[in-house]
Amino acid sequence: MTRQDKITRAFKQVGTRPPRPDGIDKVTGRAMYGADMTAPGMLWGKVLRSPHAHARIRSIDTSAAEALEGVKAVVTGADFTLPEDDFYRDVAVNCMAQDAALYDGHAVAAVAAVSEAVAKAALKLIKVEYEVLPHVIDVDAAMTTGAPVVQPGRAYENVPEGMSENVTSHCEFGHGDLAAGFAKADVIVERSFRTAATHQGYIEPHACLASMGGDGRADLWCCTQGQFHVREVCAEILGMESSQLRVTASEIGGGFGGKTTVFIEPVALALSRKAGRPVKIVMKRDEVFRATGPTVHSSIDVKIGMTRDGRITAGEAHLRYSGGAFPCGTVDMGAQSAFAAYDLDAVRTFGWNAMTNRPKEAAYRAPGAPQAIYAVESVVDELCQKLGLDPLDVRILNAARKGTKSAYGPTFDEIGLLATLEAAKAHPHYTAPLGPNQGRGLSCGFWFNFGGNTCVTMNLAFDGTVTITEGNPDIGGSRASISLMAAEELGIPYDKVRTIVADTASIGHNDITDGSRVTFSVGLAAIEAARDAIAKMCARVAKIWGIDPDAVEWKDGAVHPSGPNAGKFPPMTLAEIAATSPNTGGPIAGHYEVNADGAGVSFGVHLVDVEVDPETGATKVLRYTVFQDAGKAVHPDYVEGQMQGGAVQGIGWALNEEYIYGEDGRLQNPGFLDYRVPVASDLPEIETVILEIPNPGHPYGVRGVGETPIVPPLAAISNAVSRAAGVRLTELPMSPPRILKALSAQG
Amino acid sequence: MQYERPQSTAEAARLLHGATGPARILAGGTDLIVQMNAGVAEPALVVDIKRIAGLRDIVAEDGGFRIGAAVSCAEMGEHAALAAAWPGIVEGANLIGSTQVQGRATMAGNLCNGSPAADSVPGLVAAGATARIVGPEGERDCPVAEIPAGPGKTTLKPGEFVASFFLPGRPARASDAYLRFIPRTEMDIAVASAAVNLVLAEDGSVAEARVALGAVAPTVRLVDAAGAALVGTRLEEDALEALAKACRDACAPIDDKRGTIEFRTKVAGVLARRAALIAYTRAGGRT
Ligand SMILES: Cc1cc2nc3c(=O)[nH]c(=O)nc-3n(C[C@H](O)[C@H](O)[C@H](O)COP(=O)(O)OP(=O)(O)OC[C@H]3O[C@@H](n4cnc5c(N)ncnc54)[C@H](O)[C@@H]3O)c2cc1C
Repeated sequence: MTRQDKITRAFKQVGTRPPRPDGIDKVTGRAMYGADMTAPGMLWGKVLRSPHAHARIRSIDTSAAEALEGVKAVVTGADFTLPEDDFYRDVAVNCMAQDAALYDGHAVAAVAAVSEAVAKAALKLIKVEYEVLPHVIDVDAAMTTGAPVVQPGRAYENVPEGMSENVTSHCEFGHGDLAAGFAKADVIVERSFRTAATHQGYIEPHACLASMGGDGRADLWCCTQGQFHVREVCAEILGMESSQLRVTASEIGGGFGGKTTVFIEPVALALSRKAGRPVKIVMKRDEVFRATGPTVHSSIDVKIGMTRDGRITAGEAHLRYSGGAFPCGTVDMGAQSAFAAYDLDAVRTFGWNAMTNRPKEAAYRAPGAPQAIYAVESVVDELCQKLGLDPLDVRILNAARKGTKSAYGPTFDEIGLLATLEAAKAHPHYTAPLGPNQGRGLSCGFWFNFGGNTCVTMNLAFDGTVTITEGNPDIGGSRASISLMAAEELGIPYDKVRTIVADTASIGHNDITDGSRVTFSVGLAAIEAARDAIAKMCARVAKIWGIDPDAVEWKDGAVHPSGPNAGKFPPMTLAEIAATSPNTGGPIAGHYEVNADGAGVSFGVHLVDVEVDPETGATKVLRYTVFQDAGKAVHPDYVEGQMQGGAVQGIGWALNEEYIYGEDGRLQNPGFLDYRVPVASDLPEIETVILEIPNPGHPYGVRGVGETPIVPPLAAISNAVSRAAGVRLTELPMSPPRILKALSAQG
Repeated sequence: MQYERPQSTAEAARLLHGATGPARILAGGTDLIVQMNAGVAEPALVVDIKRIAGLRDIVAEDGGFRIGAAVSCAEMGEHAALAAAWPGIVEGANLIGSTQVQGRATMAGNLCNGSPAADSVPGLVAAGATARIVGPEGERDCPVAEIPAGPGKTTLKPGEFVASFFLPGRPARASDAYLRFIPRTEMDIAVASAAVNLVLAEDGSVAEARVALGAVAPTVRLVDAAGAALVGTRLEEDALEALAKACRDACAPIDDKRGTIEFRTKVAGVLARRAALIAYTRAGGRT
């Protein structure tokens, strides 16, 4: 990939806001979601789930269920051959328990029957003999010696004395001399924080339809963020060759990272293999909450030193995350991103993961970063309060910039942090007056952004229209953005381009839609595929004109002679070239395959005003503004949508959302009634300010924008609430009982 | 499962009486169908009361109102005379769920579902409303306050159901108000709630006061001491504090996922104060 040093191009279509291509289908109900697929002879699959947080499975008797009229197959852990590899084995064990149920809701058996009612009745006939074991839910408790061990034999090899076998990993990042840094500080603040596990909260529950033939070939339709990943994981678990399993991604009703793994797909395939018929499984909402990926929950200590004039002299953080009942690497991301917004001489972060009897963590927008940055940005805010300093000035003074050695190692290239901070400072929101019981908070946010394996094919139809075939489910408007970039490059109107998301047999491997990678990587590949098609069109026209391919050039959607010496030919448009292509060598297609790098890190700043009711502890969000660097906003509506959506999910996380467990280790709120995502009337209009500091790693300067916006809200709101209430809050969510308690404790 | 849609209360009573398995009335279904979906309720007989003549009407009676058991909360909100006379009851009913839920939900379903947090019940109790109950032995009238018996339980006997509510007539200078606390702004279950029903004397002081609390005990609580704290006052600060204290003293809540004992107790007092001020202003009082 050549580095684009200057992106000075004047765009014609990129940056406009055409109607979304999926809009009509979604509002009219024509869109096919995961649960919409059916097949002749289809059976209904249902999953039996553990009612215990932790239990040994002594035996499972499925005979009565199998004998029930209409039941065609029953599977348990015994029907799966476990993969050797730890990663795949954990996914398999999470999909179907082996000898132990590791959390409330863990799948222990599944049936396929002729109707949902029969399948439901059959579940009741399965007899599972459990030996209930002690459980552990809290990460700090889980790390202590003597805690119930969730999975023996998974401990980190160098677990220190005094820590439990539940500890599965440790990491450390940073540079400089901490002791010397803290010695230079005028004020040091040290605080401990806790954040609850939250769920991605997508509207569409997981759903799939699996059909395996007697020859062992299979088709799978499912809602996923990554059909290729589903194929690989399922093939591994089912012992199939990848090419024998074709996976088609449905339209998706939200994912936010939570659909980057599998839960029911291998089960449906196993049932279909056993029954010899297609099997559909659709999760109920309570299953989604109990058995699919929430985030980690965390316990974090942060210590930061600052001089009287606001320079940070040293920063240290200890992060303890739990990704549920399996080893989990998310803490690494937290430990890397905690201090990413700052240019520091002395910084160190230490991360630990410990297993608890909770569902296996799944990614959620910028996994691991919101928790760590919440803790750091809270302490920075408190230092500003203690020293009477303006919190934006302090961020500007300490901001990471081009050339800063980041707290996690690499040296930053062009980044947009300073520009977003300055935009926030200049915005009227920052100086608007506040009333009684109101407070203003802010926070920086950061995400790495990723590129990854990507394939794009671009086909020209004979009528001069273009289809782009790509392999990444569209969770945030990527089809529109990809079409825009291709139309821009080809010089044809946006509505002549249609982008489709293909199944795993129709295009080469594409990594999951995650890491804010799609508009960046697939966009890049689409531009390069267009360039490939353009080169082929030039060659075709040169052949028609009987001149050297070097003597033609591509301009404004047509091939022209490159100069007076090339000869006098009227330009040939893309449509003309496509129309004549059968007679000039056949159909024309462009391709590009890449493992993209250069994604370019992303920064944002959020500003929020809240009012806290001192008598009830209720928080009202009054005003909210998001500032973010998008590199280049290809379709600004979608960029704003990402910024607003991230802010809203962060507001929920900050104020009300949490996994609540009873003494018995069972999840008490597996539904949207008591798992409180914000409703529309809870929210103000989320204002957005897009900055465009081009990413040198992309032909049009694009950076991913999907994850960064969920990072700042936690601290921004906590800082606003703490200032409004006059007391520092250190635990999320800041539900009204917690705020009222903090207010009363302060007297 | 057997589904029946009788045309009269007598027929409904007969169906319930003759049921061989668990039987349930279906009004709006916003509790019942959710429970059936979740597998919590598995009735053998469902009796839909929405086609029974008169059960979807609001009619004037004895200077007050009779509200059929199948009248939806949204229909109550659209009834101008009812909303003028009993704004607190109507606002309680119109806090239930969302616009969509209110189009189906009924006060009778809210009451008979037996939730201590039911939003329309404190208002009915503060109003001194009665319910007309139909059963195998005919009709009887019963104060609404006597129907809840604990979470998920009522004092209705097997085969009995609520056919209508009666709200008495209003003197001049009377009004009511209802407030609940929820962590969000809608689509939530009350963590604590308070209804205040006031009648003012000609001089603007409180002549009669009834205060009922929700979600702070196994059933709705009519707090006599809280009402007494307001009588003879113009809601001066000490009267409001006495009201709040009486409310806090009457609380016997639980700690659960929705709120702590401490939180519910404190907030019940705050809501009662705020609701009293609203009812007082509505009744024409000036503080
Ligand atoms: C999304 C959502 C949000 C909600 N929000 C709220 C809220 O904010 N506040 C609140 O209080 N509730 C709320 N609810 C609960 C529910 O909507 C209310 O309790 C509603 O008033 C129930 O009325 P219904 O007519 O739908 O009852 P149904 O579901 O028809 O019946 C409820 C129960 O009462 C019985 N029943 C019904 N009518 C009679 C009768 N006439 N005589 C005897 N028994 C009877 C039924 O057999 C059943 O057991 C919510 C529900 C949902 C689904």
